[in-house]
Amino acid sequence: MTTRSEAAPPGTDEAPARPARRRGRLVPYWLLLPGILWLLVFFALPLVYQASTSVQTGSLEEGYKVTWHFATYWDALGDYWPQFLRSVLYAGAATVLCLLLGYPLAYLIAFRAGRWRNLILVLVIAPFFTSFLIRTLAWKTILADGGPVVGALNSLHILDVTSWLGATDGDRVLATPLAVVCGLTYNFLPFMILPLYTSLERVDGRLHEAAGDLYARPATTFRKVTLPLSMPGVVSGTLLTFIPAAGDYVNADLLGSTDTRMVGNVIQTQFLRILDYPTAAALSFILMAAILFMVTFYIRKSGTEDLL
Amino acid sequence: MAARSPLSPFAAFFRLLRRNVVVLAGLGTLGYLLLPNVVVTVFSFNKPKGRFNYSWQEFSTDAWKDPCGVADMCGSLSLSLQIAFWATLGATVLGTMIAFALVRYRFRARGAVNSLIFLPMAMPEVVMAASLLTLFLNMGAQLGFWTVLIAHIMFCLSFVVTAVKARVMSMDPRLEQAAQDLYAGPAQTFLRVTLPIAAPGIAAGALLAFALSFDDFIITNFNAGSTVTFPMFVWGSAQRGTPVQINVIGTAMFLIAVLLVVTGMLVGKRRARKSR
Repeated sequence: MTTRSEAAPPGTDEAPARPARRRGRLVPYWLLLPGILWLLVFFALPLVYQASTSVQTGSLEEGYKVTWHFATYWDALGDYWPQFLRSVLYAGAATVLCLLLGYPLAYLIAFRAGRWRNLILVLVIAPFFTSFLIRTLAWKTILADGGPVVGALNSLHILDVTSWLGATDGDRVLATPLAVVCGLTYNFLPFMILPLYTSLERVDGRLHEAAGDLYARPATTFRKVTLPLSMPGVVSGTLLTFIPAAGDYVNADLLGSTDTRMVGNVIQTQFLRILDYPTAAALSFILMAAILFMVTFYIRKSGTEDLL
Repeated sequence: MAARSPLSPFAAFFRLLRRNVVVLAGLGTLGYLLLPNVVVTVFSFNKPKGRFNYSWQEFSTDAWKDPCGVADMCGSLSLSLQIAFWATLGATVLGTMIAFALVRYRFRARGAVNSLIFLPMAMPEVVMAASLLTLFLNMGAQLGFWTVLIAHIMFCLSFVVTAVKARVMSMDPRLEQAAQDLYAGPAQTFLRVTLPIAAPGIAAGALLAFALSFDDFIITNFNAGSTVTFPMFVWGSAQRGTPVQINVIGTAMFLIAVLLVVTGMLVGKRRARKSR
Protein backbone atom coordinates (compact mmCIF):
# COMPACT_ATOMS: atom_id res chain seq x y z
CA MET A 1 0.00 0.00 0.00
CA THR A 2 2.52 2.56 1.12
CA THR A 3 5.02 1.86 -1.61
CA ARG A 4 2.33 2.20 -4.25
CA SER A 5 1.08 5.50 -2.87
CA GLU A 6 4.61 6.87 -2.60
CA ALA A 7 5.35 5.76 -6.13
CA ALA A 8 2.20 7.43 -7.46
CA PRO A 9 2.96 10.44 -9.66
CA PRO A 10 2.24 13.82 -8.08
CA GLY A 11 -0.52 14.52 -10.61
CA THR A 12 -2.92 11.95 -9.17
CA ASP A 13 -3.97 13.51 -5.88
CA GLU A 14 -6.61 10.99 -4.89
CA ALA A 15 -4.47 7.90 -4.34
CA PRO A 16 -1.92 9.23 -1.77
CA ALA A 17 -4.35 11.50 0.03
CA ARG A 18 -6.68 8.76 1.22
CA PRO A 19 -4.22 6.46 2.99
CA ALA A 20 -2.66 9.52 4.57
CA ARG A 21 -6.00 10.60 5.96
CA ARG A 22 -6.78 7.11 7.18
CA ARG A 23 -3.36 6.93 8.80
CA GLY A 24 -4.03 10.35 10.32
CA ARG A 25 -7.16 9.10 11.96
CA LEU A 26 -5.23 6.31 13.63
CA VAL A 27 -2.39 8.53 14.85
CA PRO A 28 -3.95 9.37 18.25
CA TYR A 29 -4.56 5.68 18.95
CA TRP A 30 -0.97 4.77 18.16
CA LEU A 31 0.22 7.62 20.38
CA LEU A 32 -2.03 6.51 23.24
CA LEU A 33 -1.53 2.77 22.90
CA PRO A 34 1.76 2.09 24.74
CA GLY A 35 1.15 4.43 27.67
CA ILE A 36 -2.47 3.52 28.16
CA LEU A 37 -1.65 -0.17 27.89
CA TRP A 38 1.00 0.33 30.58
CA LEU A 39 -1.54 1.97 32.90
CA LEU A 40 -4.18 -0.66 32.17
CA VAL A 41 -1.85 -3.58 32.87
CA PHE A 42 0.10 -2.13 35.80
CA PHE A 43 -2.48 0.16 37.40
CA ALA A 44 -6.04 -0.94 36.57
CA LEU A 45 -5.51 -4.70 36.31
CA PRO A 46 -3.74 -4.86 39.72
CA LEU A 47 -6.82 -3.27 41.31
CA VAL A 48 -8.88 -6.15 39.88
CA TYR A 49 -6.36 -8.67 41.20
CA GLN A 50 -6.45 -6.97 44.59
CA ALA A 51 -10.25 -7.15 44.69
CA SER A 52 -10.06 -10.83 43.82
CA THR A 53 -7.36 -11.51 46.42
CA SER A 54 -9.48 -9.87 49.11
CA VAL A 55 -12.24 -12.49 48.74
CA GLN A 56 -9.90 -15.48 48.62
CA THR A 57 -9.25 -17.97 51.40
CA GLY A 58 -6.45 -20.43 51.85
CA SER A 59 -2.90 -20.37 53.10
CA LEU A 60 0.55 -19.62 51.75
CA GLU A 61 1.45 -23.32 51.53
CA GLU A 62 -1.75 -24.60 49.94
CA GLY A 63 -2.41 -21.55 47.81
CA TYR A 64 -5.37 -19.19 47.72
CA LYS A 65 -8.71 -19.70 46.01
CA VAL A 66 -11.54 -17.29 45.31
CA THR A 67 -14.32 -18.33 47.68
CA TRP A 68 -16.18 -14.98 47.82
CA HIS A 69 -15.30 -14.82 51.46
CA PHE A 70 -16.60 -11.31 52.17
CA ALA A 71 -16.27 -11.87 55.91
CA THR A 72 -12.61 -10.85 55.47
CA TYR A 73 -13.84 -7.28 55.09
CA TRP A 74 -15.87 -7.35 58.32
CA ASP A 75 -13.04 -9.01 60.20
CA ALA A 76 -10.54 -6.49 58.87
CA LEU A 77 -12.78 -3.55 59.82
CA GLY A 78 -13.48 -5.07 63.22
CA ASP A 79 -9.82 -5.69 63.96
CA TYR A 80 -8.35 -2.53 62.52
CA TRP A 81 -10.96 0.22 62.92
CA PRO A 82 -8.70 2.11 65.39
CA GLN A 83 -5.99 2.30 62.74
CA PHE A 84 -8.51 3.54 60.16
CA LEU A 85 -9.79 6.16 62.57
CA ARG A 86 -6.23 7.22 63.37
CA SER A 87 -5.38 7.56 59.68
CA VAL A 88 -8.35 9.88 59.13
CA LEU A 89 -7.63 11.88 62.30
CA TYR A 90 -3.88 12.26 61.74
CA ALA A 91 -4.25 13.02 58.04
CA GLY A 92 -7.06 15.48 58.81
CA ALA A 93 -5.02 17.22 61.50
CA ALA A 94 -1.99 17.36 59.20
CA THR A 95 -4.13 18.81 56.39
CA VAL A 96 -5.53 21.55 58.64
CA LEU A 97 -2.03 22.37 59.93
CA CYS A 98 -0.67 22.43 56.38
CA LEU A 99 -3.39 24.89 55.40
CA LEU A 100 -2.75 27.12 58.43
CA LEU A 101 1.03 27.05 57.95
CA GLY A 102 1.02 27.03 54.15
CA TYR A 103 -1.41 29.85 53.48
CA PRO A 104 0.75 32.66 54.94
CA LEU A 105 3.79 31.43 53.03
CA ALA A 106 1.87 31.12 49.74
CA TYR A 107 0.43 34.60 50.37
CA LEU A 108 3.90 35.94 51.13
CA ILE A 109 5.32 34.49 47.89
CA ALA A 110 2.40 35.71 45.78
CA PHE A 111 2.01 39.27 47.07
CA ARG A 112 4.85 40.35 49.34
CA ALA A 113 8.04 38.67 48.20
CA GLY A 114 8.90 41.05 45.34
CA ARG A 115 12.24 40.12 43.87
CA TRP A 116 12.72 37.35 46.45
CA ARG A 117 9.81 35.41 44.97
CA ASN A 118 11.85 32.96 42.87
CA LEU A 119 14.36 32.35 45.65
CA ILE A 120 11.62 31.49 48.15
CA LEU A 121 9.95 29.20 45.61
CA VAL A 122 13.25 27.38 45.13
CA LEU A 123 13.59 27.05 48.91
CA VAL A 124 10.10 25.53 49.11
CA ILE A 125 10.94 22.92 46.47
CA ALA A 126 14.60 22.33 47.39
CA PRO A 127 13.98 19.98 50.37
CA PHE A 128 12.43 17.54 47.86
CA PHE A 129 15.88 16.84 46.53
CA THR A 130 17.04 15.33 49.79
CA SER A 131 15.46 11.92 50.29
CA PHE A 132 12.31 12.41 52.40
CA LEU A 133 13.31 9.48 54.61
CA ILE A 134 16.53 11.24 55.64
CA ARG A 135 14.58 14.42 56.37
CA THR A 136 11.99 12.52 58.36
CA LEU A 137 14.77 10.94 60.42
CA ALA A 138 16.02 14.46 61.16
CA TRP A 139 12.79 15.02 63.10
CA LYS A 140 13.98 12.35 65.52
CA THR A 141 16.83 14.70 66.38
CA ILE A 142 14.66 17.83 66.45
CA LEU A 143 12.00 16.31 68.71
CA ALA A 144 14.47 14.33 70.83
CA ASP A 145 13.65 13.90 74.53
CA GLY A 146 15.16 16.74 76.54
CA GLY A 147 16.08 18.61 73.36
CA PRO A 148 15.60 22.38 72.90
CA VAL A 149 12.23 22.03 71.10
CA VAL A 150 10.71 19.78 73.74
CA GLY A 151 12.23 21.96 76.46
CA ALA A 152 10.66 25.11 74.99
CA LEU A 153 7.26 23.44 74.56
CA ASN A 154 7.49 22.20 78.12
CA SER A 155 8.37 25.56 79.64
CA LEU A 156 5.53 27.21 77.73
CA HIS A 157 3.21 24.54 79.20
CA ILE A 158 2.13 23.56 75.69
CA LEU A 159 2.96 19.94 76.43
CA ASP A 160 0.56 20.02 79.39
CA VAL A 161 -2.25 20.95 77.01
CA THR A 162 -1.29 18.40 74.35
CA SER A 163 -0.87 15.71 77.02
CA TRP A 164 -4.34 16.48 78.29
CA LEU A 165 -5.61 16.12 74.72
CA GLY A 166 -3.80 12.80 74.41
CA ALA A 167 -1.50 14.03 71.64
CA THR A 168 1.68 13.74 73.70
CA ASP A 169 2.84 11.64 76.61
CA GLY A 170 4.25 13.51 79.59
CA ASP A 171 7.59 15.10 78.71
CA ARG A 172 7.90 13.18 75.47
CA VAL A 173 6.99 14.30 71.96
CA LEU A 174 8.73 11.54 70.04
CA ALA A 175 6.70 8.33 69.69
CA THR A 176 3.44 10.23 70.25
CA PRO A 177 0.61 11.24 67.88
CA LEU A 178 1.94 14.83 67.88
CA ALA A 179 5.25 13.68 66.40
CA VAL A 180 3.47 11.72 63.66
CA VAL A 181 1.19 14.63 62.78
CA CYS A 182 4.21 16.96 62.84
CA GLY A 183 6.05 14.67 60.41
CA LEU A 184 3.03 14.30 58.11
CA THR A 185 2.52 18.07 58.11
CA TYR A 186 6.16 18.61 57.26
CA ASN A 187 6.28 16.00 54.50
CA PHE A 188 3.19 17.18 52.61
CA LEU A 189 3.42 20.95 53.24
CA PRO A 190 4.87 21.74 49.78
CA PHE A 191 1.88 19.97 48.19
CA MET A 192 -0.31 22.52 49.96
CA ILE A 193 1.85 25.58 49.31
CA LEU A 194 2.32 25.15 45.56
CA PRO A 195 -1.37 24.91 44.53
CA LEU A 196 -2.21 27.73 46.97
CA TYR A 197 0.50 29.88 45.44
CA THR A 198 -0.67 29.09 41.89
CA SER A 199 -4.22 30.22 42.61
CA LEU A 200 -3.14 33.25 44.69
CA GLU A 201 -0.78 34.36 41.96
CA ARG A 202 -3.73 34.68 39.58
CA VAL A 203 -5.55 37.05 41.95
CA ASP A 204 -5.36 40.55 40.53
CA GLY A 205 -3.68 42.82 43.09
CA ARG A 206 -5.96 45.68 41.98
CA LEU A 207 -8.89 43.82 43.51
CA HIS A 208 -7.27 44.40 46.91
CA GLU A 209 -7.02 48.09 46.15
CA ALA A 210 -10.60 48.16 44.95
CA ALA A 211 -11.77 46.47 48.16
CA GLY A 212 -9.76 49.00 50.16
CA ASP A 213 -11.27 51.86 48.16
CA LEU A 214 -14.70 50.50 49.02
CA TYR A 215 -13.83 50.79 52.71
CA ALA A 216 -13.14 47.13 53.36
CA ARG A 217 -10.74 46.52 56.19
CA PRO A 218 -7.78 44.21 55.42
CA ALA A 219 -9.46 41.33 57.27
CA THR A 220 -12.66 41.87 55.29
CA THR A 221 -10.71 42.10 52.04
CA PHE A 222 -9.11 38.79 52.85
CA ARG A 223 -12.37 37.13 53.83
CA LYS A 224 -14.45 38.46 50.93
CA VAL A 225 -11.92 38.76 48.09
CA THR A 226 -8.66 36.86 48.53
CA LEU A 227 -9.93 33.72 50.24
CA PRO A 228 -12.85 33.02 47.85
CA LEU A 229 -10.59 33.55 44.84
CA SER A 230 -8.01 31.14 46.23
CA MET A 231 -10.56 28.37 46.90
CA PRO A 232 -9.43 26.23 43.91
CA GLY A 233 -5.96 26.17 45.45
CA VAL A 234 -7.37 25.33 48.88
CA VAL A 235 -9.37 22.43 47.43
CA SER A 236 -6.54 20.91 45.40
CA GLY A 237 -4.03 21.58 48.19
CA THR A 238 -6.13 19.81 50.82
CA LEU A 239 -6.65 16.84 48.48
CA LEU A 240 -2.96 16.62 47.61
CA THR A 241 -2.15 16.66 51.33
CA PHE A 242 -4.90 14.47 52.73
CA ILE A 243 -4.74 11.58 50.24
CA PRO A 244 -1.04 10.74 50.60
CA ALA A 245 -1.12 11.46 54.34
CA ALA A 246 -4.00 9.01 54.91
CA GLY A 247 -2.08 6.20 53.21
CA ASP A 248 1.32 7.02 54.67
CA TYR A 249 3.10 4.62 57.01
CA VAL A 250 6.60 6.09 57.01
CA ASN A 251 5.95 8.86 59.55
CA ALA A 252 3.96 6.63 61.87
CA ASP A 253 6.75 4.05 61.75
CA LEU A 254 9.76 6.37 62.14
CA LEU A 255 8.32 8.99 64.51
CA GLY A 256 5.54 7.08 66.22
CA SER A 257 5.10 4.00 68.37
CA THR A 258 2.88 0.92 68.27
CA ASP A 259 0.08 3.14 69.60
CA THR A 260 0.22 5.42 66.57
CA ARG A 261 0.00 2.80 63.85
CA MET A 262 -2.06 3.91 60.87
CA VAL A 263 -3.84 1.80 58.29
CA GLY A 264 -0.83 2.04 55.97
CA ASN A 265 1.31 0.34 58.63
CA VAL A 266 -1.20 -2.49 58.92
CA ILE A 267 -1.33 -3.03 55.16
CA GLN A 268 2.46 -3.01 55.01
CA THR A 269 2.98 -5.55 57.79
CA GLN A 270 0.13 -7.79 56.61
CA PHE A 271 1.53 -7.83 53.09
CA LEU A 272 5.27 -7.95 53.68
CA ARG A 273 5.73 -9.62 57.08
CA ILE A 274 2.65 -11.59 58.11
CA LEU A 275 1.86 -12.50 54.47
CA ASP A 276 -1.89 -12.52 55.10
CA TYR A 277 -2.73 -11.40 51.58
CA PRO A 278 -6.56 -11.48 51.73
CA THR A 279 -6.72 -9.25 54.84
CA ALA A 280 -4.12 -6.87 53.43
CA ALA A 281 -5.95 -6.65 50.10
CA ALA A 282 -9.28 -6.06 51.84
CA LEU A 283 -7.77 -3.26 53.98
CA SER A 284 -6.20 -1.65 50.93
CA PHE A 285 -9.50 -1.91 49.07
CA ILE A 286 -11.41 -0.29 51.95
CA LEU A 287 -8.84 2.53 52.11
CA MET A 288 -9.14 3.14 48.37
CA ALA A 289 -12.94 3.13 48.45
CA ALA A 290 -13.06 5.41 51.49
CA ILE A 291 -10.70 7.92 49.92
CA LEU A 292 -12.43 7.93 46.54
CA PHE A 293 -15.76 8.41 48.30
CA MET A 294 -14.45 11.26 50.45
CA VAL A 295 -12.75 12.95 47.51
CA THR A 296 -15.85 12.81 45.31
CA PHE A 297 -18.02 14.14 48.13
CA TYR A 298 -15.54 16.88 48.91
CA ILE A 299 -15.17 18.00 45.30
CA ARG A 300 -18.95 18.11 44.85
CA LYS A 301 -19.41 20.08 48.04
CA SER A 302 -16.57 22.53 47.48
CA GLY A 303 -17.64 22.91 43.86
CA THR A 304 -21.04 24.22 44.89
CA GLU A 305 -19.60 26.39 47.65
CA ASP A 306 -17.28 27.88 45.11
CA LEU A 307 -20.18 29.26 43.13
CA LEU A 308 -21.75 31.01 46.10
CA MET B 1 -13.67 55.47 62.25
CA ALA B 2 -10.05 56.37 62.73
CA ALA B 3 -8.98 53.18 61.01
CA ARG B 4 -10.51 54.38 57.76
CA SER B 5 -8.22 57.34 57.36
CA PRO B 6 -5.04 56.25 55.58
CA LEU B 7 -3.03 58.95 57.33
CA SER B 8 -4.00 58.03 60.85
CA PRO B 9 -0.91 56.68 62.64
CA PHE B 10 -3.11 54.13 64.38
CA ALA B 11 -4.26 52.68 61.04
CA ALA B 12 -0.75 52.83 59.63
CA PHE B 13 0.58 50.95 62.63
CA PHE B 14 -2.12 48.31 62.33
CA ARG B 15 -1.55 47.88 58.63
CA LEU B 16 2.18 47.54 59.20
CA LEU B 17 1.59 45.01 61.96
CA ARG B 18 -0.83 43.04 59.81
CA ARG B 19 1.62 42.92 56.93
CA ASN B 20 4.38 41.85 59.21
CA VAL B 21 2.22 39.15 60.73
CA VAL B 22 1.77 37.56 57.30
CA VAL B 23 5.45 37.92 56.46
CA LEU B 24 6.55 36.58 59.84
CA ALA B 25 4.15 33.63 59.67
CA GLY B 26 5.31 32.86 56.13
CA LEU B 27 8.96 32.98 57.10
CA GLY B 28 8.19 30.80 60.10
CA THR B 29 6.71 28.18 57.77
CA LEU B 30 9.76 28.44 55.54
CA GLY B 31 11.91 27.82 58.60
CA TYR B 32 9.81 24.76 59.49
CA LEU B 33 10.35 23.47 55.94
CA LEU B 34 14.09 24.02 55.97
CA LEU B 35 14.93 23.06 59.57
CA PRO B 36 15.33 19.31 58.81
CA ASN B 37 17.75 20.12 55.99
CA VAL B 38 19.82 22.21 58.39
CA VAL B 39 19.83 19.32 60.86
CA VAL B 40 20.80 16.84 58.14
CA THR B 41 23.71 19.09 57.10
CA VAL B 42 24.94 19.75 60.64
CA PHE B 43 24.77 16.08 61.56
CA SER B 44 26.80 15.11 58.49
CA PHE B 45 29.72 16.51 60.51
CA ASN B 46 28.86 14.53 63.63
CA LYS B 47 30.83 11.70 65.19
CA PRO B 48 28.12 9.61 66.83
CA LYS B 49 28.92 7.34 69.76
CA GLY B 50 26.42 4.55 69.18
CA ARG B 51 24.96 3.15 65.99
CA PHE B 52 22.47 5.98 65.61
CA ASN B 53 23.27 9.49 64.45
CA TYR B 54 20.49 11.28 66.36
CA SER B 55 22.33 13.25 69.05
CA TRP B 56 25.29 15.61 68.68
CA GLN B 57 28.67 14.35 69.95
CA GLU B 58 31.64 16.06 68.32
CA PHE B 59 32.69 17.71 65.07
CA SER B 60 34.32 15.48 62.49
CA THR B 61 34.73 15.39 58.71
CA ASP B 62 35.29 11.63 58.59
CA ALA B 63 32.06 10.87 56.75
CA TRP B 64 32.74 13.52 54.09
CA LYS B 65 36.20 12.07 53.46
CA ASP B 66 34.83 8.58 53.04
CA PRO B 67 31.27 8.88 51.65
CA CYS B 68 31.18 5.27 50.44
CA GLY B 69 32.62 3.88 53.66
CA VAL B 70 29.37 2.11 54.56
CA ALA B 71 28.77 -1.32 53.09
CA ASP B 72 26.18 -1.40 50.29
CA MET B 73 25.19 2.28 50.50
CA CYS B 74 26.84 3.53 47.31
CA GLY B 75 25.67 0.40 45.50
CA SER B 76 22.09 1.21 46.45
CA LEU B 77 22.64 4.82 45.39
CA SER B 78 23.83 3.81 41.94
CA LEU B 79 20.93 1.35 41.61
CA SER B 80 18.49 4.15 42.46
CA LEU B 81 20.11 6.41 39.87
CA GLN B 82 19.85 3.69 37.21
CA ILE B 83 16.21 2.98 37.99
CA ALA B 84 15.43 6.70 38.04
CA PHE B 85 17.17 7.16 34.67
CA TRP B 86 15.27 4.37 32.89
CA ALA B 87 11.98 5.20 34.60
CA THR B 88 12.36 8.84 33.53
CA LEU B 89 13.12 7.82 29.97
CA GLY B 90 10.18 5.41 29.78
CA ALA B 91 7.67 7.68 31.49
CA THR B 92 8.74 10.74 29.48
CA VAL B 93 8.43 9.00 26.10
CA LEU B 94 5.09 7.34 26.89
CA GLY B 95 3.73 10.39 28.70
CA THR B 96 4.69 12.85 25.96
CA MET B 97 2.96 10.67 23.36
CA ILE B 98 -0.23 10.60 25.45
CA ALA B 99 -0.09 14.35 26.05
CA PHE B 100 0.17 15.07 22.32
CA ALA B 101 -2.70 12.71 21.56
CA LEU B 102 -4.86 14.39 24.23
CA VAL B 103 -4.23 17.95 23.07
CA ARG B 104 -3.93 17.55 19.33
CA TYR B 105 -6.33 14.81 18.28
CA ARG B 106 -9.94 13.83 18.60
CA PHE B 107 -10.59 10.23 19.55
CA ARG B 108 -13.11 8.07 21.30
CA ALA B 109 -13.11 7.33 25.03
CA ARG B 110 -11.34 10.58 25.90
CA GLY B 111 -13.07 10.70 29.27
CA ALA B 112 -11.91 7.19 30.14
CA VAL B 113 -8.33 8.02 29.12
CA ASN B 114 -8.39 11.18 31.21
CA SER B 115 -9.59 9.38 34.31
CA LEU B 116 -7.08 6.56 33.80
CA ILE B 117 -4.37 9.23 33.88
CA PHE B 118 -5.87 11.14 36.82
CA LEU B 119 -6.56 8.16 39.09
CA PRO B 120 -2.94 7.14 39.84
CA MET B 121 -2.33 10.67 41.14
CA ALA B 122 -5.44 10.57 43.37
CA MET B 123 -4.71 7.12 44.82
CA PRO B 124 -2.78 6.61 48.06
CA GLU B 125 0.58 5.15 47.17
CA VAL B 126 0.13 2.20 49.48
CA VAL B 127 -2.96 1.06 47.53
CA MET B 128 -1.10 1.11 44.21
CA ALA B 129 1.86 -0.63 45.82
CA ALA B 130 -0.24 -3.38 47.39
CA SER B 131 -2.36 -4.02 44.31
CA LEU B 132 0.67 -4.16 42.02
CA LEU B 133 2.24 -6.68 44.38
CA THR B 134 -0.86 -8.91 44.14
CA LEU B 135 -0.51 -8.79 40.35
CA PHE B 136 3.17 -9.74 40.46
CA LEU B 137 2.51 -12.50 42.99
CA ASN B 138 -0.31 -13.91 40.87
CA MET B 139 1.85 -13.87 37.76
CA GLY B 140 4.72 -15.43 39.67
CA ALA B 141 7.03 -12.59 38.66
CA GLN B 142 10.50 -12.41 40.21
CA LEU B 143 10.54 -9.25 42.35
CA GLY B 144 13.56 -7.03 41.73
CA PHE B 145 14.96 -4.41 39.35
CA TRP B 146 12.36 -4.98 36.63
CA THR B 147 9.29 -4.94 38.86
CA VAL B 148 10.53 -1.72 40.48
CA LEU B 149 11.16 -0.16 37.07
CA ILE B 150 7.69 -1.16 35.83
CA ALA B 151 6.10 0.34 38.93
CA HIS B 152 8.06 3.59 38.68
CA ILE B 153 7.18 4.11 35.02
CA MET B 154 3.53 3.50 35.97
CA PHE B 155 3.28 6.17 38.67
CA CYS B 156 5.54 8.73 36.94
CA LEU B 157 3.56 8.55 33.70
CA SER B 158 0.59 10.63 34.87
CA PHE B 159 2.81 13.43 36.15
CA VAL B 160 4.67 13.65 32.83
CA VAL B 161 1.36 13.75 30.92
CA THR B 162 0.14 16.63 33.12
CA ALA B 163 3.35 18.64 32.72
CA VAL B 164 3.64 18.17 28.94
CA LYS B 165 -0.09 18.71 28.36
CA ALA B 166 0.01 22.12 30.05
CA ARG B 167 2.82 23.24 27.76
CA VAL B 168 1.39 21.83 24.50
CA MET B 169 -2.00 23.38 25.27
CA SER B 170 -0.51 26.85 25.54
CA MET B 171 1.26 26.41 22.18
CA ASP B 172 0.13 28.52 19.22
CA PRO B 173 -1.03 26.07 16.49
CA ARG B 174 -0.44 28.77 13.87
CA LEU B 175 3.31 28.29 14.24
CA GLU B 176 3.00 24.77 12.86
CA GLN B 177 0.66 25.94 10.13
CA ALA B 178 3.22 28.58 9.22
CA ALA B 179 5.93 25.92 9.01
CA GLN B 180 3.75 23.84 6.72
CA ASP B 181 2.97 26.87 4.56
CA LEU B 182 6.73 27.24 4.19
CA TYR B 183 6.85 23.69 2.75
CA ALA B 184 8.12 21.88 5.84
CA GLY B 185 7.03 18.23 5.87
CA PRO B 186 5.22 16.75 8.90
CA ALA B 187 8.45 15.25 10.26
CA GLN B 188 10.38 18.48 9.77
CA THR B 189 7.61 20.53 11.34
CA PHE B 190 7.55 18.24 14.34
CA LEU B 191 11.32 18.17 14.84
CA ARG B 192 12.06 21.83 14.20
CA VAL B 193 8.95 23.60 15.46
CA THR B 194 6.75 21.45 17.68
CA LEU B 195 9.41 19.66 19.69
CA PRO B 196 11.53 22.74 20.55
CA ILE B 197 8.43 24.60 21.76
CA ALA B 198 7.22 21.63 23.82
CA ALA B 199 10.72 21.00 25.20
CA PRO B 200 10.36 22.97 28.47
CA GLY B 201 7.21 21.02 29.32
CA ILE B 202 8.90 17.72 28.49
CA ALA B 203 11.95 18.71 30.54
CA ALA B 204 9.76 19.67 33.50
CA GLY B 205 7.93 16.34 33.27
CA ALA B 206 11.21 14.43 33.03
CA LEU B 207 12.69 16.25 36.04
CA LEU B 208 9.58 15.52 38.08
CA ALA B 209 9.67 11.86 37.04
CA PHE B 210 13.34 11.60 38.01
CA ALA B 211 12.76 13.17 41.42
CA LEU B 212 9.68 11.00 42.08
CA SER B 213 11.37 7.78 41.03
CA PHE B 214 14.64 8.48 42.84
CA ASP B 215 12.91 9.29 46.12
CA ASP B 216 10.12 6.72 45.95
CA PHE B 217 9.85 4.49 48.96
CA ILE B 218 6.37 3.02 49.48
CA ILE B 219 5.85 1.45 46.04
CA THR B 220 9.46 0.27 45.95
CA ASN B 221 9.16 -1.20 49.45
CA PHE B 222 6.33 -3.47 48.27
CA ASN B 223 7.70 -4.48 44.88
CA ALA B 224 11.48 -4.63 45.26
CA GLY B 225 11.83 -8.07 46.83
CA SER B 226 15.37 -8.17 48.18
CA THR B 227 16.62 -5.40 45.85
CA VAL B 228 17.81 -2.39 47.88
CA THR B 229 17.41 1.10 46.44
CA PHE B 230 18.76 4.14 48.29
CA PRO B 231 15.46 4.95 50.09
CA MET B 232 15.22 1.26 51.03
CA PHE B 233 18.75 1.46 52.42
CA VAL B 234 17.83 4.49 54.54
CA TRP B 235 14.69 2.71 55.78
CA GLY B 236 16.72 -0.35 56.73
CA SER B 237 19.33 1.77 58.49
CA ALA B 238 16.61 3.44 60.57
CA GLN B 239 16.15 0.00 62.12
CA ARG B 240 19.78 -1.15 62.23
CA GLY B 241 21.68 2.08 62.81
CA THR B 242 22.07 5.26 60.79
CA PRO B 243 25.57 5.90 59.38
CA VAL B 244 26.68 9.53 59.08
CA GLN B 245 27.26 8.96 55.37
CA ILE B 246 23.47 9.06 54.81
CA ASN B 247 23.55 12.71 55.89
CA VAL B 248 26.51 13.36 53.60
CA ILE B 249 24.56 12.04 50.61
CA GLY B 250 21.46 13.99 51.68
CA THR B 251 23.43 17.23 52.03
CA ALA B 252 25.27 16.72 48.73
CA MET B 253 21.98 16.06 46.90
CA PHE B 254 20.46 19.23 48.37
CA LEU B 255 23.49 21.36 47.42
CA ILE B 256 23.71 19.95 43.89
CA ALA B 257 19.98 20.53 43.31
CA VAL B 258 20.06 24.11 44.61
CA LEU B 259 23.19 24.82 42.59
CA LEU B 260 21.59 23.47 39.39
CA VAL B 261 18.39 25.43 39.92
CA VAL B 262 20.21 28.69 40.71
CA THR B 263 22.52 28.25 37.68
CA GLY B 264 19.49 27.57 35.51
CA MET B 265 17.78 30.71 36.79
CA LEU B 266 20.87 32.86 36.20
CA VAL B 267 21.35 31.49 32.66
CA GLY B 268 17.68 32.12 31.93
CA LYS B 269 17.97 35.68 33.21
CA ARG B 270 21.04 36.37 31.11
CA ARG B 271 19.36 34.94 28.03
CA ALA B 272 16.28 37.07 28.64
CA ARG B 273 18.49 40.16 28.97
CA LYS B 274 20.36 39.31 25.75
CA SER B 275 17.20 38.80 23.73
CA ARG B 276 16.05 42.21 24.86
